Amino acid sequence: MQNKAIDFKRQVNIKLADTKLQDALSRLQTRFVEGRSAVISEIHHLEDTRTAAAAIRDCVLNDLDSWLQKFEQQAIAHGAIVHWAETATDANRIVTEIAAQHNVLTAVKSKSMVSEECGLNDALEHAGIKVMETDLGEYILQLAHEAPSHIVAPVVHKNKEEISDLFAEKHQMSRKTGIAELCLEAREILRPAFLNADMGISGANFLIAETGSVLIVTNEGNGRLVTTLPRVHVAITGIEKVVPTLEDVTTLLRLLPRSATGQSITNYVSVLTGNKDAKAHDGPEHFHIILLDNGRSSLIGGEMQEMLRCIRCGACMNHCPVYQNIGGHAYGWVYPGPMGSILTPLLSGLKSSPDLPNASTFCGACAAVCPVKIPLPDLLRNLRTRQMALGLKSRQEVLMLKVWGWLTLHPRIYALATKIGVRILAMMGGERHLLHTLPGATGWTDGRDFPAPSGKTFREMYRKKSTK
Amino acid sequence: MENKVRVGFFVTCLVDSMRPHIGFAAIRLLEAAGCEIVVPAQQTCCGQPGYNSGERKSTVSMALKFLSEFEEFDYVVLPSGSCAGMIRVHYPELFRGDPELQQRFTSLAKRTYELTDFLVNVAKLENVPGNFKGTLTYHDSCSGLRELDVYNQPRALLAKLPGVKIYEMVESTTCCGFGGTFSVKYGELSTRMAENKCQHIAAAGVDAIVGGDLGCLLNIEGRLRRTGDHSTQVLHIAEVLSGLDKDK
Repeated sequence: MQNKAIDFKRQVNIKLADTKLQDALSRLQTRFVEGRSAVISEIHHLEDTRTAAAAIRDCVLNDLDSWLQKFEQQAIAHGAIVHWAETATDANRIVTEIAAQHNVLTAVKSKSMVSEECGLNDALEHAGIKVMETDLGEYILQLAHEAPSHIVAPVVHKNKEEISDLFAEKHQMSRKTGIAELCLEAREILRPAFLNADMGISGANFLIAETGSVLIVTNEGNGRLVTTLPRVHVAITGIEKVVPTLEDVTTLLRLLPRSATGQSITNYVSVLTGNKDAKAHDGPEHFHIILLDNGRSSLIGGEMQEMLRCIRCGACMNHCPVYQNIGGHAYGWVYPGPMGSILTPLLSGLKSSPDLPNASTFCGACAAVCPVKIPLPDLLRNLRTRQMALGLKSRQEVLMLKVWGWLTLHPRIYALATKIGVRILAMMGGERHLLHTLPGATGWTDGRDFPAPSGKTFREMYRKKSTK
Repeated sequence: MENKVRVGFFVTCLVDSMRPHIGFAAIRLLEAAGCEIVVPAQQTCCGQPGYNSGERKSTVSMALKFLSEFEEFDYVVLPSGSCAGMIRVHYPELFRGDPELQQRFTSLAKRTYELTDFLVNVAKLENVPGNFKGTLTYHDSCSGLRELDVYNQPRALLAKLPGVKIYEMVESTTCCGFGGTFSVKYGELSTRMAENKCQHIAAAGVDAIVGGDLGCLLNIEGRLRRTGDHSTQVLHIAEVLSGLDKDK
C-alpha cells in the first residue's frame, strides 16, 4: 500500500472538520475504552501477565531466526508449504503463483492487515483473480473502495446510515436500516462466495513454533470458512508473529481480546495445523504459509526492536487522544495510531512520514494499556532523534532548539533574556492579560488565547526577596 | 519531620517566566511541611523540550548542569509532574553508557519529587494553609499521572481544605493537548483536545479547574478565554493549597 503520510497535516484538518467521522469516532470511548476497562480487571495479576507476555515476545525476537526455523520445520512436517517473502512485492508474487499453480479463479479472504500492507487484493485482481473480503468490516470497505481506518475495527469511521446507503447502492436491493438486517444481507451474498471459492486467504495472529500451527482469533466465523472450505488456504503474516508454544499463546490470548475489543474471549480461536490428509476429514488440500519480512528483520537487535512485540490489539489507538480525534485514515498508511506512527516510518520510510513521530503529546495513554508493554512514547522519541540526526527536522525547529539549548546553559544571559521577554509579553497582554496573536506561535493562537506572563521572573523576585 | 530536610527547589522554566507566584506558593507549602528550602540561583530548564524533540546533545549538558546544582540536597522538589518525570525517568536513561554517572542520576532520581507527591508521601504535610472556598475539578497531567503515579496525592491535599468541594470531571486523565511544542506544531489538533477538556470542565460546573502542571493550565486557560469563559478560574494546585493566589 502506498504511504500517504506526507499529507498528514492537511488530513488532520479535514478529519477534524468531518462531522460524520467525528460522530463515528465518539463511539470509540464507550465501545473500546470502557469495554477494555470492564474486562481487563478479570486478569488478577494484570501487571505480571503483561510482563510475562512481553517476555514471551522478547524471547522470540531475541532469537527470531531459530524460532522461525523451528516453526518452518513443524509446519512442513504437518504438510504445510512455507514461503519466505522479503518484500510486499515478493509476497504478492508468491500468492499469485500459488493461485496459478492451483487454477484459482476466485478467492475469499478473512481479515489480514499484512495483506493490506502488501496491497494483495490489487495484485490478485491484476492477475485476473476475483477476491472477496468476508470480514464484515472489510467487505464494506471493499464495496466502498476504502482502506481500513483501524486494525481491529476497520470500518469504525463509518456510521450505520452510510452502510445502509452503500449496501442499497451496491447490492441493488431495498435499503435496510437494522443492523441485523444488514448483516443478513451481507451473509446471503457472502455464503455462496465461500462455497464457490477456490482459495481462502487469511492472516495469522500467532504462529506456534512447537506445532507449526497458524492461530487466528475472530468473531464472525468467516475465518473458519475461509480457512477450511476452499481447496487452497494461504495464510500470510509477518515474521515476528511466532510464539514458542501453545502454552505461551494462552498467556497472549488472555490479553489480546480484552485489550482489543473488551471481550474476555473471542467467538472463535482457530488453531490451524497442516493440510487435509488421510487422518483429517476437513481442511484445505493445500496449505501455504507466507512469512513476510518487509523491513521487520532490520529492527532486530536495534533500539526499535520492542515494536515487534506488537500483537495488533489496537488498544494504543483506542486510547490515543490523537487517534480519537482524527481516526485512522489521516495516518496515511496501513497502521494508524501510536503503533502505526512507529511502524509506518520504520517499514515505509521515515522521510515520507515526517509528521507521524511528532504528532503525539507523549501523554503515555498508549503505553499504559499496551498488553505487551511496548514503550511507545520512547520509540516515537527515538524516531524524532533519528529525524534530528538525519537532518529531517525543519531549519526553524533546529535553530530554536539550538538557541534554547544555548540559553539554558548560560544562566546569566538566560535570566536577562527571560526578564526582557516576560516584560514585553506582559505589556502585550493588556488589561485582560491575554495575547490574541503571537507571532511565530499562530498554531497556538489560532484557536486559543495565550495567557500573558505576569511580568517578572520568579528568579529575579526570589533574589530580591532574599537580599532584602 | 524531626530533622529539617534540605530541599533543592527547581521552579521550572515555565513557572519562572509565566507565573512566579506558583513558585512562592510551592515554597510556602514546603516550609509549612518543615523543610529547609534552597533555590539554586543558576537553574534554568530541565531540558525536556530538546529531549522530546530529538535533540540529545544539549539535553545531556542540561542534565549534567542540573546534577551539579541539585545533587547535594536531601530532596529535589518541582511544582510540575512533567519536569519531575524528566528527571526521575529520563535523566538516568540518558546515561546508560556511563555507569558512574547513571548511578548518580539514579540516586538523584530517587530523591526527586513532584510537589504534591512530596508533600503527601515524604513530608506528610498535615495542615494545609490554603483558604480556597468553592468547587473545583482536577485535571491529571499526563507525565505526573503515568510516569510518577500522581493521582491521589493532590486530591488528598485538597480534601484537607474545608472550603473546597471536588467534582470529578469525566476523562480527567485524558491529555489536554498541550504536549509542549506539539501545541504549536499541531495547533488545530491541540486546540481540539483542549476544547474537549474545556467541555468536560464546563460539564463539571465548577468555580476552578486545578492542575499540577502549568503547561496544561495555560493551554486550558487559553482555550477557555478564547471561547468566552472569563469566569472559570485556572489554578495551579500550589496556589490553592498555599493560599497564595496572586502575583506579588
